[in-house]
Amino acid sequence: MKEQQPVGPKDIELSSDELHAALDKIWASPRGFIGWFRNVYHKPISTRMIITAFIFFALAGVLALLMRLQLAVPENSFVGPDLYNQLFTVHGSTMMFLFAVPVMQAMGLYFVPLMIGTRNLAFPRLNSFGFYVYVIGGALLWVSLLLNIGPDTGWFSYVPLAGPEYSPGKRVDVWAQMITFTELASLVAAVEIIVTVFKLRAPGMSLNRMPIFVWAQLVTAFMVIFAMPAVMLASGFLAMDRLVDTHFFNPAEGGDALLWQHLFWFFGHPEVYIIFIPATGMVSMLIQVFARRPIFGYTAVVLSLIATGFLGFGLWVHHMFAVGLPQLGQSFFTAASMVIAIPSGVQIFCWIATLWTGRVIVRTPLLFVVGFIFTFVVGGLTGVMQAAVPLDLQVHDTFFVVAHFHYVLIGGAVFPLLGALYFWFPKMTGRMMSERLGRLNFWLFFIGFHLTFFPMHQLGLAGMPRRVYTYLPETGWGNLNLIATVGSLLLGLAVALFLANVLVSRKSGVLAGANPWGADSLEWDVPSPPPNYNFLYLPTVNSRTPLWTKTPDQPVVTGMRSDILEVLVTSLHDATPDHRHLLDGPSYWPVLTALAVGIGIITAIFTPWGITIGAVLSFLALAGWFWPLGEPIADTSREAGPPIQEAA
Amino acid sequence: MIQSVLNPAGPQAGHIAALWWLMFWVCLAILSLVTLALLLALFRQRTASELAAPTAIADPARERRATRVVVLCIAATIVILLFFLAASVVTGHRMALLASDNGVTIKLTGYRWWWKVEYSDPAPANHVITANEIHIPVGRPVLINMQSQDVIHSFWVPALQGKRDLIPGSPSAVWLQADRAGVFEGQCAEFCGFQHAHMRLVVVAEPEEQFQAWLDAQRRPARAPEDSAAQRGLQVFLSGPCALCHSIRGTDASGQVAPDLTHLASRSKIAAGTLPNTSGHLAGWIVDSQHIKPGNAMPPTSLSAEDLQALLTYLRGLA
Repeated sequence: MKEQQPVGPKDIELSSDELHAALDKIWASPRGFIGWFRNVYHKPISTRMIITAFIFFALAGVLALLMRLQLAVPENSFVGPDLYNQLFTVHGSTMMFLFAVPVMQAMGLYFVPLMIGTRNLAFPRLNSFGFYVYVIGGALLWVSLLLNIGPDTGWFSYVPLAGPEYSPGKRVDVWAQMITFTELASLVAAVEIIVTVFKLRAPGMSLNRMPIFVWAQLVTAFMVIFAMPAVMLASGFLAMDRLVDTHFFNPAEGGDALLWQHLFWFFGHPEVYIIFIPATGMVSMLIQVFARRPIFGYTAVVLSLIATGFLGFGLWVHHMFAVGLPQLGQSFFTAASMVIAIPSGVQIFCWIATLWTGRVIVRTPLLFVVGFIFTFVVGGLTGVMQAAVPLDLQVHDTFFVVAHFHYVLIGGAVFPLLGALYFWFPKMTGRMMSERLGRLNFWLFFIGFHLTFFPMHQLGLAGMPRRVYTYLPETGWGNLNLIATVGSLLLGLAVALFLANVLVSRKSGVLAGANPWGADSLEWDVPSPPPNYNFLYLPTVNSRTPLWTKTPDQPVVTGMRSDILEVLVTSLHDATPDHRHLLDGPSYWPVLTALAVGIGIITAIFTPWGITIGAVLSFLALAGWFWPLGEPIADTSREAGPPIQEAA
Repeated sequence: MIQSVLNPAGPQAGHIAALWWLMFWVCLAILSLVTLALLLALFRQRTASELAAPTAIADPARERRATRVVVLCIAATIVILLFFLAASVVTGHRMALLASDNGVTIKLTGYRWWWKVEYSDPAPANHVITANEIHIPVGRPVLINMQSQDVIHSFWVPALQGKRDLIPGSPSAVWLQADRAGVFEGQCAEFCGFQHAHMRLVVVAEPEEQFQAWLDAQRRPARAPEDSAAQRGLQVFLSGPCALCHSIRGTDASGQVAPDLTHLASRSKIAAGTLPNTSGHLAGWIVDSQHIKPGNAMPPTSLSAEDLQALLTYLRGLA
């Protein structure tokens, strides 16, 4: 046995300056080019994820503008059917798989550790792996589009159109493998969130005191774990049908074209809530700060989130009413689709009650919240309409649906997300975003949005189907399409203004200080931007709004080592301290493993041997990842929990 | 409004339009109330210009009052949803009542990117095949049996009925009826590839006698060419690539993968509802259909001017 490493000083043995210096050094991101890839800390990794997701958002937005230009007038020849089909496929796939889900998860990966009072996610290296897998998947899709082999069968890739007979070439294979990458990345993020939330909360933060955003992230993470395997299975079957001549979806050989739709929508409907639930979590956080009071009906809101999480899995067939399933089954899914309006309604009523009974201060983040509530209610109501099978048979696959889901996805997720970024930007960068630009940004976005998407309701009722690259002049759809196109240009301008505000404020915004909004949750208790180690002393919590009820003698956790990457593990339910736990530090193995997986999956587009190659490379990379280095450090793990002392 | 959901011409679309208006007005009322409550919540007090000190613990009496209102709103939501559910089921039931023994039966097959329409008859000679144009008698239920030859399509004529998918390997059916005469346009509603946008069709609803007359005309084989130009046109058709894919009953042309042209001139449109059926458009389509509808299955045809003219004369005579 080698000698055990010496035990470094614990926090109580150091002055706060010395402790800051020691923690700052041990939790610092590695430097240099190689160091960039070795980083495993939640703030830098999720900042990268947010930036990457916004790059994809902007790119997919440009595709949307190209589509709007094509549809501005009838029989337009701006883009042909081949390019148009790629445009809407890559637009939808990017927005769903490369923007909405990752950006919501990235917000969680950034803020959950701060909100629950810990120093990093539970599996730091896994988090880094997830980020690289996501980037490789996104790059695959976009490189293929630039090479004019972008997928062209829609983000839903219905078979048999997407099968080997009707989509020869490699376009659909690119899509199927992109799914594999991004779903893998979101499963990784889900595991991170669940374990971090369950095991690393600050003492005192029992489950019923968790910030609602953390609850939302937790519910979402569980939904990801149950929903994503369905689509990975489906895309795997599709890839096999195309690559090794299986017949999962080929009716001529006993396969079933409808199987695809069931598997896809069993994922696809929960997907909407996977995007929407974190956004509602953001809204609850923002509303209680700008109403200056705790959220009205905390328990009801949390139960609504959980109910939505369950019900979200019972609706998938409402995407398939037009295939002609048995009447009784359809009625069940009609009822389920209407029932899910109840938890959303509960949340909306609670938000309005919070504002009603609070002392409201209107700032840009709240404007986006108000825009969200209005827009989402419209989208929710058109959703309830479509739950009725007869009505759905008319509006299904028309521009009415395009309007509806942009109301719930942009209205339900992008409005809150932009509000949340205005809100948390000061925490992330240390500087406020410009309020003047922010208000302009909101109004431009709000007007642009409704101008773009409201006319689409009418277009759908007037008979315009989705996914058409053009339409005949005599259909009379020209004027409304032109209005929508003008609106989309405004919307594009609003997004550009947002990005400009971010860039300008990043350099020259007003310094924010630790808590510019007088907010209630733990992330506002640390300097802005948060130090590498998040909390100098791990905090304790005495209510649902810890900073508003913090007492002068609020205890902090002491007895943590200052020379290793230690976090405090607490019990699942009551968050009582259990033991100290050593987290992994920087490593280049996650990025190498991601590359190994990437080589395997991308090679599998062309040859089944890709799976073998990927398996061997992944095995090597994982062997490196898990290779034991040195002796385990004593004095950590499974030692009885440290004492909690009163603050000095 | 030529293919509008809100301009119904038959009982099925009529029931759905009624359901739409019911839900529309109720939803509009809900939206107005929620928006009003939201704005009042924001502006009922003078909104602060500075951040007020937070109230960590709310006034219990006020919370109770708010709770009562919220619970009432939730209860109202549930009642409205139940009402919508009932309205939806009742509408579905009414739509199912149209099924009848006295219906006209039509077989519809989806191809990329056109519709094959068949009226079967016990006598094989009376079997009618046409394309992209469905004729139905006013006031009689029509059963449309559907199947797809390739990928998933969806049959949708908004003025008459909601959509129904045509799925390869699983035949489906839908009932519809027109209560007034007219031409009702529709198009494929499930994305089916390159020319999904140009996979249109029309339903011509006409009085019973007119419908029977049309059906009788369609049952007859193609009219024989009368003059020499038309005769030459038939020769061009049979000796060129046309007959490999198209059929004209009464001639040797019996291709099965493209629209039947026996009574081409009787149809109002060509290229699945994309172009009016005129000599000019037909000529343009024959010479280079790829320019009009890129990706469709018909190859460009190179013909001398005289041959083209003769072919047009013949085809235009196929009434």
